[in-house]
Amino acid sequence: MFDPCTQCEEMLQPYLDRVLSEEERIEAEDHLNRCAYCAKRYRFEESLRQFVRQAVSEPMPAELKARLSALRTPL
Amino acid sequence: MSPETDARRIAEQERDRVRFEEEVLELAEQVYRVARRLVSSREEAEDLVQETYARAFRSWSSFTPGTNLRAWLLRILTNLNIDRGRREQRAPDTQPLEEGDYFLYNKLEETGAADDEERVVERLSQEGVVHALSSVPHDFRDVIVLVDIGEFSYQDAAQILDIPIGTVMSRLHRGRRILKQELAEETVGETA
Repeated sequence: MFDPCTQCEEMLQPYLDRVLSEEERIEAEDHLNRCAYCAKRYRFEESLRQFVRQAVSEPMPAELKARLSALRTPL
Repeated sequence: MSPETDARRIAEQERDRVRFEEEVLELAEQVYRVARRLVSSREEAEDLVQETYARAFRSWSSFTPGTNLRAWLLRILTNLNIDRGRREQRAPDTQPLEEGDYFLYNKLEETGAADDEERVVERLSQEGVVHALSSVPHDFRDVIVLVDIGEFSYQDAAQILDIPIGTVMSRLHRGRRILKQELAEETVGETA
């Protein structure tokens, strides 16, 4: 049976990656404007991606930068 | 070629090399951030970045100016990583039943108040995310790390990993779903 929310769920990743065709994008947005259930989940996915990126970002140890510079060809 | 022309050519080459090395060093922070999630420990990531830079400095003349330097470096890095034998662990043939993209949100909603989706994300912990990502099989994780963490395009990720762009897309799609299942397990303690 055709379920617009299932279809919208399938479009979540390509929508956020901006790889849907114009027609598909309009279709997704049309559904999102009318469906609070899906709109909530799309907004969550956006926050999640940002949260994951920040959570796993570890600054480079300062001494590594010095070690890399030392690998340069001597002038 | 006259000695003067020769000397000028050498001086130009030298200038190009110095500029190349400076540009490469400016990217170190970004290269490390990706490397850190491709391997399991900080020490391993540091070694890998160091080897990558040693090789990049040695083979600078093989870089085509005007192309993506960050992708070129990551290509060296992933090749070195494969050479190190890290690839022995392949993605298992059988994966658990794959849940859809709403799975994590639904799980979080089931187990607590979920009025505001931005607050829902706060129920995840930093350590939980790091652990969940490390639990994703390598083939899927590599693509997630390059695209979602390193912010490489599908095309760049395909070149870096030497796989077709369609494979990048399918692994990314599936990998993100696996990551969400891992996160659900980390956070609410339930598997699919």
